[in-house]
Parts: sequence; structure tokens; C-alpha cells
Amino acid sequence: MLASLAVLMQGGQEAPSGAGTFEPFFPGLVVLLPLLGFVLNGLLALSSARKSAATVRAGGEPELGGRGDRPLTHTLPSWIGPGVLFLAFLITLVNFTRAVGAGLEEPVVVSYWTWMATSTFTVDAALQLDALSLVMMMVVTGVAFLIHVFSVGYMRDDEGYPRYFSYLNLFVFFMLVLVMASSYPLMFVGWEGVGLCSYLLIGYWFGDREKADAGKKAFIVNRIGDFGFLVAMFLLFATFGTLDFVPLFETAPEVLVYGGGLVTAITLFFFLGATGKSAQIPLYIWLPDAMAGPTPVSALIHAATMVTAGVYMVARSSVLFALSPAASATVAGVGVLTALVAATIALKQYDIKKVLAYSTVSQLGYMFVGVGVGAYAAGIFHLMTHAFFKALLFLGSGAVIHSMHHAFHHTDSHEDPQDMRNMGGLRKHMPITFAVMWAATLAIAGIWPFAGFFSKDEIIWQVAAFGGAENAPYPGLYTLYWVVALAAAMLTAFYMTRLMVMTFHGGNRTGAQEAKHLHEAPAVMWIPLAILAFLSLFGGWVNVPEAIRTSALGLGGALPMTDWLHHFLEPVALEAHHIQEANLGELSHTAPFGGGEVVWAFISFLLAGTIVVVSSHFLRRQEVRAAKDDAEPTGFAKILYNKWYVDEIYEAVIVQPVLRLSRFCWKVIDAGVIDGTVNGVGYLARGFGWFGSLFQTGTVNTYAFVLSLGVLVILGVVIL
Amino acid sequence: MITEAMILSAILFVIGTFGVLVRRNAIIMFLCIELQLNAVNLTLVAMSRLWGIDGQVFVFFVMTVAAAEAAVGLAIIISIFRHYETVNVDNFNLLKW
Repeated sequence: MLASLAVLMQGGQEAPSGAGTFEPFFPGLVVLLPLLGFVLNGLLALSSARKSAATVRAGGEPELGGRGDRPLTHTLPSWIGPGVLFLAFLITLVNFTRAVGAGLEEPVVVSYWTWMATSTFTVDAALQLDALSLVMMMVVTGVAFLIHVFSVGYMRDDEGYPRYFSYLNLFVFFMLVLVMASSYPLMFVGWEGVGLCSYLLIGYWFGDREKADAGKKAFIVNRIGDFGFLVAMFLLFATFGTLDFVPLFETAPEVLVYGGGLVTAITLFFFLGATGKSAQIPLYIWLPDAMAGPTPVSALIHAATMVTAGVYMVARSSVLFALSPAASATVAGVGVLTALVAATIALKQYDIKKVLAYSTVSQLGYMFVGVGVGAYAAGIFHLMTHAFFKALLFLGSGAVIHSMHHAFHHTDSHEDPQDMRNMGGLRKHMPITFAVMWAATLAIAGIWPFAGFFSKDEIIWQVAAFGGAENAPYPGLYTLYWVVALAAAMLTAFYMTRLMVMTFHGGNRTGAQEAKHLHEAPAVMWIPLAILAFLSLFGGWVNVPEAIRTSALGLGGALPMTDWLHHFLEPVALEAHHIQEANLGELSHTAPFGGGEVVWAFISFLLAGTIVVVSSHFLRRQEVRAAKDDAEPTGFAKILYNKWYVDEIYEAVIVQPVLRLSRFCWKVIDAGVIDGTVNGVGYLARGFGWFGSLFQTGTVNTYAFVLSLGVLVILGVVIL
Repeated sequence: MITEAMILSAILFVIGTFGVLVRRNAIIMFLCIELQLNAVNLTLVAMSRLWGIDGQVFVFFVMTVAAAEAAVGLAIIISIFRHYETVNVDNFNLLKW
């Protein structure tokens, strides 16, 4: 029965040609609806801010939502914010089902108007609908809608409630521009826009100096990456004379030499942009600090959507990256290194959101490994499943922090509600959150049959297959990548188990008084969690590789949809795969140390499963002390706790020299040379004036004398 | 005849100039300026014998302006005197810079 259903579904997607043409369904509305939400919520935010400013001026306390009657400015956003996204999601869904039905072979570009036109360069405000952008739109609108709903509960008591929703809607608008743009410049608009919204939302509680600084850090680090993006665009334009995706990728294989210096430079500059936006080494340092923002923001921007923009960009530029094996190897190398380093840091963090932040950095590394070895579909697949389970983890941690915050608030305690050492035993108080968080943990740890198992093993397998290809560029290197990727996957299983055990298991460390106030999240918060848990469980089934599906891990073919996502994304990466096949030959079917795809999937599942079981067994017995009683970590743990001292090294090597240089420019060059010149001219004019004023004695006789003398001189000249 | 008139007016003009330059009393300086003006008037009248009526007409203009100047100048001197109780121009040196 199940098998026949699978065959049906398989048949449905394997006959794309001739099944009709794809008719886009108001793609512009998908973008405009969040913008409308931003405008409406923004107006409410302005009116609310004016009102509370007036109250403060009158000597009163600013009115907080949640106490008694909430003003209209705090109730309307609850409907507008998620509402516009729900509509956008529905429209996306219509487009998506149509595309699946019609079989989208060629990208459909919907052009609205000419954005800018010069004699040699024209950019249209045009949206591109193809498999890649449709998948991204589904993820962005879907996850964003759930997170907006969650925010209604989470941010309920916040004074800036309408402002929060206006920023969040603006973010979704820019994110959709980013993924739907049909050219690099328009993509860059979205790219910068999401950066702006990220800055606004990290520093959402800007009254707190530390949080405002975290926003600044994110913005500045991203600027470094954006510089790379810009340079890459300039190089592309100089080479091709256009920046539209369709003509660019069509001509790229002829214009650019495979493995040439130019394409390598272009792709490496693009990748510099991606390391900034997607928090990869060396520019990952802003993401953990970005946790200063509200937790749903961390879930939406800093886990599910914005930070994956770099992966999307590399997948979108797949033709270019496929043309440069060196750049692709760099992408994969940086990805795998980031995956490992971030995972090691996550081992020893105590802040629940910091663990998740480093976990995000680590998982983003995996996505880059995927797109770096030419497995663009696998990278996007992991992006999608990661959006589900990481959004769930963040929202779950948000529910926990919400509860902890209330508990500490009731007893006027100043303990840190985000420190896992203060938690423990929360499963009794928050059973739903507990259950869904475990689902997400198993998903991220790569436990069968959760989503992460399929997506992560796909990537790890592709590294092995790519490295074993006939003419693989650096075979030894890819073997190393493969081993490190496997090791980092094991670390993932461990630190996530640690997080769960410290938070939900064992005895409660919140304090006797506080524990009474711990509570389960309200329905508006846990229902989105449940939906995401569902997706974390089944989301991976859209892309089960053929080999695994027919093995025991696929229940002998019972799982539906063989390689569905892979086939759906095929047209986007087709050109890249042609290039890869022509230059690298057949991909390998065995891993470096023998064994096929199924064997290694099974091994990594077993290892991850063992780690989860064993470590939870031991961690549960380990005594954890509350944060205020806990000793400082020592030895290697101290290095990990301090994040390999990367922030300190950057501070000493980059920040301080730049500051010193800036101070030199300020004090010596600006205040000394430039101001000196300008002031010097002023002083000179003043000196001349002073000298001239000496002749003005003010006495009439002097003037009369000089006058007469002058007349005599003139007379003398005229006569003589 | 003309020569004598020219010599007379030259003498008057030099006396006037000398007075303006060396005297410190504002009234005296003022009178010396009038002397200069009238020395010029004398020249104009004398010359009009050679070049026609223009010089005499011009004298009327000079006298009119001199009268106006006298009115304003004396008013200024009076108000300065009320303020400083002196008409010595050495004291009036505020009009500088």
C-alpha cells in the first residue's frame, strides 16, 4: 500500500516534461505582503512610541502591554504580522504546487519595471521563479509564519511590540527579495536589507549597551563580507556586461576558463560575502553575539533563514563555483573547519542560546561542505531541514527562557534565565516543550528517521563520493574533509544531548521559590513548536536517496519520494553538474575506507545514537551546580568555554590596530594636518587684517593728512 | 585780472588746507574746510569769464552742498560736544577697526 503510494508520487514527479507549463501566481504579492505588514506595523509602532513618550513627559510610567487592557497598537500587530505572512505562504504554496505539477525546467522571470538603465547596464526589478527560489520561498514564508505566531506569545509583554513586528515583517520582505531576485544587484538589495533588519533586531533592546554593541558587531562584520560580494559583482560585470542570472549562467561556461584565475577570484570574493552573512570562519564571530536579540529573532534570522543566504547564494552561483575547483575546495574546507570548531566550542557553553548559536554555525558549515563538493541539492536540503529543527530548538529554548524569566521575575531574582546551570528538571514543568525539543535534538544529531539524518548523511556521503571521483582535484584533502565532517557530526550529537540533559533532566536548580512559577508555554507558542516538530520528524523524507530507500534504513522502500528534492532542484544545478562531470568524471560509489552509502549512513547513525544514549546516561548522573555556585572551568574546558579565545585574538590582531590607525588618522591626520591647514589659512587672513587695521587710527587729522598727501601725489604724477 | 583772482584763491585754499591739517579744534577745521570750498568757488567764478556761465552755475551747487554740509556738520559737532564737553578732534578716535 505504502509502496504503491510511493510509486505514484515518484511517477508524478518523474514525468515533468509535457505536463503543462508553469503559470506564476502573483509572485509580486509574496514580496509585497510582508512590506505591507511592515508599513502598517511601523505606523502603529510610531503612534505607540509617541503615546508612551507623551506619558513619560507627563511624569507617568510608559504603559506596558499585558497589564489589563492592551491598547490597539499592541493587539493589531498580533493579526497583521502573522497574517500577511500566512497569505504570502498560501500564495507561495499555490506557486509551488503549480511548479511541481508543471515540472519547472526553465526559470520563469517576472519583470515588473526597469530599476536602473544606463547605456551598457540595465537591471530590472524582476523576480525569478525556479526550483531553488521556490524551495527557499516555501522555507522562508513557512518558517517565518510559525515564528511570527510564536512571537505573539513570546513578546506579549514587551513595550515595543508593534516595532518588533514591523522589523520582523521588513526582514521577511528583504529575505524574499534576496531569494526571488533575478539578478545579483537585486539580490544584493535583499542581502543588505536582511543585514539591516538583523542589526535592528539584535539591538532591539537598545537600551542595553551590550545588546546595542552586539548589533553593531554583526553589522560591521557583515560589511566586510559585503565588500567581497560587491567586488565579485564588479568582476562579473566587467567580464559579462550583465548581472542577470539567466544570461550570465548560460554564457559562463564558454566565457570563463575551467579552473581559471578569474572565475576563482570571482567565486572566492562571493564566498567572502557568504562567510560574512552565513557566519563561517573567519567571520563567524558575530553570530553568537547576535543572540542578544529576542529569541524568536534568533530562530528566524540567525538560524533558519538569513544566515543560510550564503548557502543559497553559492547554490545559485553553482555554475561559477563548479568552474573553479579551487574555490569549491575552499568553500568545503572552510565549511568543514567551521563545523568542527563551532562544535567544539558548543561543548562547553552554558548559555542555552550560545550552544544553539554555535550549533547553527556548525550546521551552516555542513551546508557549505555540501555546496562545496557540488552537491547543491544536498546543501539546500540540509538548509531546509536545518530551518525546521533549528527554528524549533531556538523557539523551544525561547519557551524555556520565557518560563525561566517569569520564574525569576516573580521572585525578583537576578539570576541568568538563559544559563543552563540554573535549569534542570524542566520536563516536569514543560512537558510539551520537552518532547518537541527532543525531536529536534534527535533530528540535528542525525538519528534515523528524523530529518537531519537524511540531510546530513547525504552531505557527508557526497564528500566521500566527490573525493573519490576519477579526476578529483585534491583527493587526499576530501578524505580529510570527510573524516572531520563525521567527527563533527559526533560532537553535534554530544553537545545537543548535553543541552537537553542540563535543561530538562535531573533535579531542578532554579530554586525552590522560583520553581513554583515555572510553567508550560501558552498554546500560541507551543502549537508552532508542534508543527515544527512534525516537520523535523518527516521533513527529511522528501529526499531519501535511492540506495538508502531500498535498504533497511528506508524500510525496504516504504519511505515515500525517492530523491524528490534532488530531482526537483535538478534543473537549477544541471549546468554545474555537466561541468563537474566533464572535468571530474564519475563520482565514487565507495567511501575512502570502503563501504557504500548505506553502510556509512548506518555507521554514522549507530555512532550518533550510541553517543546520545551513552552521554545522556552519564550526563544525567553528573552533578551540575547552579551558575552562582559553579567554579570556573579549567584546563582545556576553559579554552573551549572562552571560544578558543578567537574574540580576544581578533581584538588584539585586528580591532586594536584598526582602532589605533583610526585614532592616528583622527588625531594626527585629521586634527593635525587637515584642520591645521584650514585653520592656518584662517589665521593668515586674520593676521593680514590685524596688520591693515593698524592704519586705521580713528583720528581725523591722520585721515586728513593722508588724504592731502594722496592728492599731492596724484597731482604730482599728473603734472610731472 | 584772472591771474590775481587765481593767486588769491590759491592763497585761501592753502590757508584752508593748512588749517585742516594742523588745527585740532573741530569748529576751526570746519571753518577751514569752508574756506577751501570758497577758494574753489572763487576760481570757478573767475574762470567763468573765460569759459562761459557754467562755472557760475556750478558755484550755486557748491554753495548748496556747503550749506547742507554746514547744517549736518555743525549738528554733529554740537552732539559730540554735548557728549565729550570738548571739540578737540584728538579725543574722537573711536571710529577705527
